[in-house]
Amino acid sequence: MTTPAHPDEIIDCLGQRCPLPVIALARRLPELPVGAVVRVLADDPAAAVDIPAWCRMRQQEYLGAAPGPAYDIRRSR
Amino acid sequence: MDVIPSSVYLDTATAAPLHPIARQALLAALDDGWADPDRLYTQARRARQLLDAAREAAAETLGVRPDELSFTPSGTTAAHSAVLGGLLGRRRAGTVLVHSAIEHSAVLHAAERHVAGGGTATEVPVDRLGRLDLDAWSTAVTASGVALAALIAASHEVGTVQPVEAAAAACADAGVPLYVDAAQMVGRMPVPTGWSALSASARKWGGPPGVGLLVVRKGTRWESPWPADERESGRLPGTVNLPAVVAAVASLRAATADAASQAARLAPLVDRIRARVAADVPDVEVVGDPEHRLPHLVTFSCLYVDGEALLHALDRRGFAVSSGSSCTSSTLRPSHVLEAMGVLSHGNVRVSLHSGSTEADVDRFLAELPGIVADLRGQAGVVGL
Repeated sequence: MTTPAHPDEIIDCLGQRCPLPVIALARRLPELPVGAVVRVLADDPAAAVDIPAWCRMRQQEYLGAAPGPAYDIRRSR
Repeated sequence: MDVIPSSVYLDTATAAPLHPIARQALLAALDDGWADPDRLYTQARRARQLLDAAREAAAETLGVRPDELSFTPSGTTAAHSAVLGGLLGRRRAGTVLVHSAIEHSAVLHAAERHVAGGGTATEVPVDRLGRLDLDAWSTAVTASGVALAALIAASHEVGTVQPVEAAAAACADAGVPLYVDAAQMVGRMPVPTGWSALSASARKWGGPPGVGLLVVRKGTRWESPWPADERESGRLPGTVNLPAVVAAVASLRAATADAASQAARLAPLVDRIRARVAADVPDVEVVGDPEHRLPHLVTFSCLYVDGEALLHALDRRGFAVSSGSSCTSSTLRPSHVLEAMGVLSHGNVRVSLHSGSTEADVDRFLAELPGIVADLRGQAGVVGL
């Protein structure tokens, strides 16, 4: 998976434990236009599992991990 | 005033309540089996008789020879012994350990020790349901330098039963011995065949804690990884806890004799939990194979819910369950099993039933769970996300 170098928005969840990064993503993504890309910065190891799982459950597009640790998501619907 | 709810224990996959037959056998063996079975006097001979009888009965129950079976101080020690001893015995063949991504942490910790000592470990993935990738497994065990392969017979976290006999056939074709961790299967289901070594844990079937089983089939290259000792045919050092062993084997026989009827009773209750949780709790992911699974265990994850908060809330209502969520682990990492499957890891609950679990227990759990999850989501302000 390729990750865009310039996401439309960055959500800083560093230091937050799951499920908080997923909740922050779920709050923000629907406020952005379809096609927008959000990068979630999250250092809780569970985010690496739970952000892709949330994308699958909500039919949103998981683009992949980026250094940070960070996770890129595109609003697809 | 709050009514304190009666306690419903739903964490059998960690430890089953002590079987009544184990309690009886334990009390009798405390009187009769305290002496050292290796000494040469009357009390010791009585202890030796008890130990030999326990070994024969356990071997008969598992369909193996008594001299293939050793008692260990825990299921973990049995798993460590199987992995490290299997690697040691085959060191001339190579230094590669092949294992699934969803092994018990005891197996993974033994693998870490092996890698720290210069060995190699190859991890074989599973799919979204927690089923072993058999093609990847066959490729991995066929590679050069493989000393041992390790496969959990059924997942302790999500209940998925693995294709042990097919995995064993791939190992046999490659000339690689297979170690099977059967901790969740012994005493509940017929154990598949084709393996070279097996481990199990008495507290999973209603025996006391502190007893494991290690079976190494004849002809398997295995060397004890522990300092030399004459106990247990040189396989495990230290005197066995004979009263606990006697109790463990008495309950193993009882649990095995009752396994088919318990499975027939518990599997529909697990089906009910799977169906009702998915229907009654919004945004929940019921995980594990819906068909090829353990009869007594079911796992699900609730979106946006903190796993630790959920465990405490359930405990306040009298329900004892466990969780693979990171916030409930000492390492603050999510369960490697849920991670390997790629399923939601937060808000995770594992429910595991035992012979004393009733339909009423399950129905009360199912009646209360949706409200408990809704309350936690309400408190976190995540309703409607």
